[in-house]
Amino acid sequence: MAELERHSFDVLVIGAGGAGLRAAIEAREHGMRTAVLCKSLFGKAHTVMAEGGIAAAMGNVNSNDNWQVHFRDTMRGGKFLNNWRMAELHAKEAPDRVWELETYGALFDRTADGRVSQRNFGGHEYPRLAHVGDRTGLELIRSLQQKIVSLQQEDHAETGDYEAKLKVFQEFTVSDLLIEDGRVAGAFGYWRESGRFVLFTAPSVILATGGIGKSFKVTSNSWEYTGDGHALALRAGASLINMEFIQFHPTGMVWPPSVKGILVTESVRGDGGVLRNSEGKRFMFDYIPEVFKEKYADSEAEGDRWYTDADNNRRPPELLPRDEVARAINSEVKAGRGTEHGGVFLDVSTRLPAEEITRRLPSMHHQFKELADVDITAQPMEVGPTCHYVMGGVEVDPDTGASSVPGLFAAGEVSGGMHGSNRLGGNSLSDLLVFGRRAGAGASDYAAALSVRPVPSEASIAEAERVALAPFSGDGGENPYTLHMELQQTMNDLVGIIRKAEEIERALERLEGLKVRARTLTVEGHRQFNPGWHLALDLRNMLVVSECVAKAALLRTESRGGHTRDDYPAMDSDWRRKLLVCTASGPSEVDVVEKPQIPIREDLLDLFDRGELEKYLTGDELGS
Amino acid sequence: MGYQGNFRVWRGDEDGGGLEDFTVEVNEGEVVLDVIHRLQATQAGDLAVRWNCKAGKCGSCSAEINGRPRLLCMTRMSTFTEGETITITPMRTFPIIRDLVTDVSFNYTKAREIPSFKPPKDLAPGEYRMQQIDVERSQEFRKCIECFLCQDTCHVIRDHEENKEAFAGPRFLMRVAELEMHPLDEGGRTVAAQETHGLGLCNITKCCSEVCPEHIKITDNALIPMKERVADRKYDPVVWLGNKIFRRQS
Ligand SMILES: Cc1cc2nc3c(=O)[nH]c(=O)nc-3n(C[C@H](O)[C@H](O)[C@H](O)COP(=O)(O)OP(=O)(O)OC[C@H]3O[C@@H](n4cnc5c(N)ncnc54)[C@H](O)[C@@H]3O)c2cc1C
Ligand code: SF4
Ligand code: SF4
Ligand code: FES
Repeated sequence: MAELERHSFDVLVIGAGGAGLRAAIEAREHGMRTAVLCKSLFGKAHTVMAEGGIAAAMGNVNSNDNWQVHFRDTMRGGKFLNNWRMAELHAKEAPDRVWELETYGALFDRTADGRVSQRNFGGHEYPRLAHVGDRTGLELIRSLQQKIVSLQQEDHAETGDYEAKLKVFQEFTVSDLLIEDGRVAGAFGYWRESGRFVLFTAPSVILATGGIGKSFKVTSNSWEYTGDGHALALRAGASLINMEFIQFHPTGMVWPPSVKGILVTESVRGDGGVLRNSEGKRFMFDYIPEVFKEKYADSEAEGDRWYTDADNNRRPPELLPRDEVARAINSEVKAGRGTEHGGVFLDVSTRLPAEEITRRLPSMHHQFKELADVDITAQPMEVGPTCHYVMGGVEVDPDTGASSVPGLFAAGEVSGGMHGSNRLGGNSLSDLLVFGRRAGAGASDYAAALSVRPVPSEASIAEAERVALAPFSGDGGENPYTLHMELQQTMNDLVGIIRKAEEIERALERLEGLKVRARTLTVEGHRQFNPGWHLALDLRNMLVVSECVAKAALLRTESRGGHTRDDYPAMDSDWRRKLLVCTASGPSEVDVVEKPQIPIREDLLDLFDRGELEKYLTGDELGS
Repeated sequence: MGYQGNFRVWRGDEDGGGLEDFTVEVNEGEVVLDVIHRLQATQAGDLAVRWNCKAGKCGSCSAEINGRPRLLCMTRMSTFTEGETITITPMRTFPIIRDLVTDVSFNYTKAREIPSFKPPKDLAPGEYRMQQIDVERSQEFRKCIECFLCQDTCHVIRDHEENKEAFAGPRFLMRVAELEMHPLDEGGRTVAAQETHGLGLCNITKCCSEVCPEHIKITDNALIPMKERVADRKYDPVVWLGNKIFRRQS
């Protein structure tokens, strides 16, 4: 066997999306020798796909906006289950993170007076999303990528080596973390290109691996979203929270079949697009929930006036938080008022002039034209819910991103808490930067303070290698692609947008069966760039993460945000005080237990009307 | 609706390889990448291909379809006839890793050779003021998804390995133009465009612009204006003199 490739760093960042890159910049600026590891090429992480914008209360378009308003919107969107400290830090620091991107070279769309322009989005009281047309994620990732290059150029000028302090290992997958005496010692993984193994020794590891959508059949997520970071954290001994909350974005493409699930940005609605059923009715007016009645227009006329006069009118219900809109579409389709291909109509063509549509929504225009033969300046789109984002993730300390395992940090979609039971659009990109930076600092401080660094044992390295090679020696004949399809179907049908106890129980039974079969996965070919082998290894992660989702979904007997129980349709204030915490209880088993939420700090509670709090909090929390 | 399509896919690695024939089911509305995925799932589990977004946003799935540089995820099967044999090969300008996957590290090396954005020192974050009309030119170039199809197609390097050292390629010459046209950049980039990044090797054939999936007018809006700036600078005696004096001082 070839000699194992070995590297040693101060801080290891797993993931090169917005969270990972911002964390790496911070660690490097703290003087740490930093490595970034990512499954795809540098600059291709999921963040590149984000469309609508990044939320930050800069107040450039409406000067009434400030962090307190953003905080309130975030808590409402998450139905008050959010980690309030994270929501507070996020709302306060997001503007600085956006302005910082401009110093990296980002070019956002501008206001008339030359500042960063901001657009409306669901659940945000004021125009708040900084954007570049509908390709904001591309701008964000490219700016961070170019900042990393500029740091490397500085290092080159000083040392003659671009990679002296900050090195990117692209097309590299981490398969296991190495833990010694309960602390992080490093990570183990393989090059996609050659299949060769590499050992990284590092005292601090930051997980920035994104989400889990590839466990569902209809999803806006790419092949990278196999929940690796969630599973790595579990296996390392850390805990996950809020795993029952999955965001189904209301508007994914539904036709043709090969593009089913691909995202249609919420900006379509933010910029005036409306939802209609097959009878031509703007049905969202029938779905405004009690808690939001005061904030949304109850007539089409008022909703339409809001686009030009937001101060004196209430917003149209198309801009309710995503969970509400997704459930409404689901109900319309179930009631037989859907389109031919099982969606509803999203129409912007009758609302804006054609030139305006192509200017504001260029990539949507392109996407529909190229992939569905639909011209959105002249025709409505057909849309339906698609699995989009996981609110749940690694339980972290809000200020530093530290998990319960010393040396292990997490930021971005892989972390949990910030968004509570439902994330507002645009709040992810800002989350990546705010908490990426904080985790970078936290991981650096931890590494710097450590006097003795843990060393990965040869036994744990050998075990990681054995697990990674197992699919080649398997002769059970299970095909990873088949198993993956069955998993996706199971999660989609039984733990999807609307859930009930019998179905979730059936899903758990099927997951048990899939776990057994996964032990006999067999892959063909050799280790060089072998997608079948990669999928076999990813399945191990998808299965354990899916089990967390299903088990937590079964326990939470209420409906809230991204968790809707047909058999418990109401929101229950007692459940707001409880988090469900998942930990690993065996190599591929998970335990889920309840844990009380930390009560919201007094001065933050004071930002809300008592009347509103009564809708969410229990009587004794309100001190009555 | 569905039919059996004929495909010829290049398989192999750095040591060599060749075209292999496959018959694969094709369904309504599909793109070439769907067919490649079906091939992986049913006949060739170890077929190597890059992809991420499947929506033309990440620039991962670049390859050549019937000899034309294209994104696999944005090439619809309906643009071919049912009887046609579709040939899929890796990008030719870059070294093969395996099957449809090539080593694109050339591009990352070139990216690193271009000095980064240089904002005015006295401008604090939050104080940047730029008009929409002034950022639009660079914004067009920032639509680039780094698929590297323009790099693949440009004859300066496609047929001339020896030019790779001296030529950044359309994508990165455009990056120089993007920074040059950034309202706040103080980098001063025209001389380097010509002398370091090889702008002079481009003879404005526009092949790069033709293959760009983002429809960026690389040649017209980035390369030609850069060439004009270089020319102005070179032949403008005042600029030339100022340049010499400045150089001597530093
Ligand atoms: C189509 C779409 C549109 C969206 N639009 C918006 C929007 O407008 N506004 C908004 O705020 N949010 C939006 N979101 C959500 C947002 O884009 C994501 O939540 C966010 O980009 C996640 O960023 P991240 O840094 O956490 O992870 P990612 O950007 O997904 O990066 C994850 C990284 O981890 C790496 N990785 C994963 N596993 C491993 C492993 N085992 N080994 C090594 N590396 C690994 C991956 O290669 C990748 O580099 C959108 C999402 C989608 C899908
Ligand atoms: S226009 Fe210039 S850069 Fe583009 S393909 Fe032709 S020679 Fe290459
Ligand atoms: S300029 Fe166009 S063709 Fe070239 S890399 Fe960018 S997107 Fe691809
Ligand atoms: S897969 Fe992203 S561009 Fe084709």
